[in-house]
Amino acid sequence: MVYLTRKAEFSASHVYHNPEFTPEENRRVFGKCNNPNGHGHNYTLEVTVKGEVDPRSGFVVDLKQLKEIMHREVLDAMDHRFLNKEVPEFLHQIPTTENIAIAIWRRLATKLTAAQLHRVRVYETPDLFVDFYGEP
Amino acid sequence: MKAHLSRRYLFSASHRLHSEAMTAEENQTTYGKCNNPFGHGHNYTVEVTVSGPVDEKTGMVCNLTDLDGFIEREVLARYGHENLNTLSEFAQEVPTTENLCIQIYEIVQRGFHFAHLERVRLEETMMNSFEYAG
Repeated sequence: MVYLTRKAEFSASHVYHNPEFTPEENRRVFGKCNNPNGHGHNYTLEVTVKGEVDPRSGFVVDLKQLKEIMHREVLDAMDHRFLNKEVPEFLHQIPTTENIAIAIWRRLATKLTAAQLHRVRVYETPDLFVDFYGEP
Repeated sequence: MKAHLSRRYLFSASHRLHSEAMTAEENQTTYGKCNNPFGHGHNYTVEVTVSGPVDEKTGMVCNLTDLDGFIEREVLARYGHENLNTLSEFAQEVPTTENLCIQIYEIVQRGFHFAHLERVRLEETMMNSFEYAG
């Protein structure tokens, strides 16, 4: 089994707000992330797939294909977007880094056929990142 | 859905690697420059990984404010700008980055209860790092 990781970057804005909370609760729980007009990050996405090395190609997965899937399923939808307003998953769910990692996993898991998705890592900043392994 | 959240923090400290159980020559052979008598310092990066279910109301594994506050108070305030050899936990133990990593793990494991501690990773320089997962 060999693990292969591909990186990509996207920039997006978001706001943390739960309509079920009072304004005070939103402020207390989410702090500055609750500022009403949102704020942005340069996200780094790392997608790790695993599989056996194909004896004919020497590849775990065709990188070009992986790159295309990441672009089509994730970057085209999230890059330079306001996540809360433009990405369907986040119309009713807070786009925290945790939920972004889960949403990206769901977008990719069904589209990857040649190799198995192992981990989605999303860096919100170089000092904060979330890993999702598809665990329930 | 269970996710893992990692956060990186910086602190600077000095240490000297020297074991009372070894002769002067052994210390020199084992620790090299790190055995120089007056110690030396590093900019450490500590990476703390916690895990847990993503709360449906907040979208979070745990509130970063809680994690940041705990690490600031219990780890950064304790080790930042200190000479590690003068601290009680290193009175009988060499303050290698391995041992410091274990100490930090124990502090978080004992005191932080908002999420499950997965591991502590400690970078001594950009070129070397240590991980402890209990």
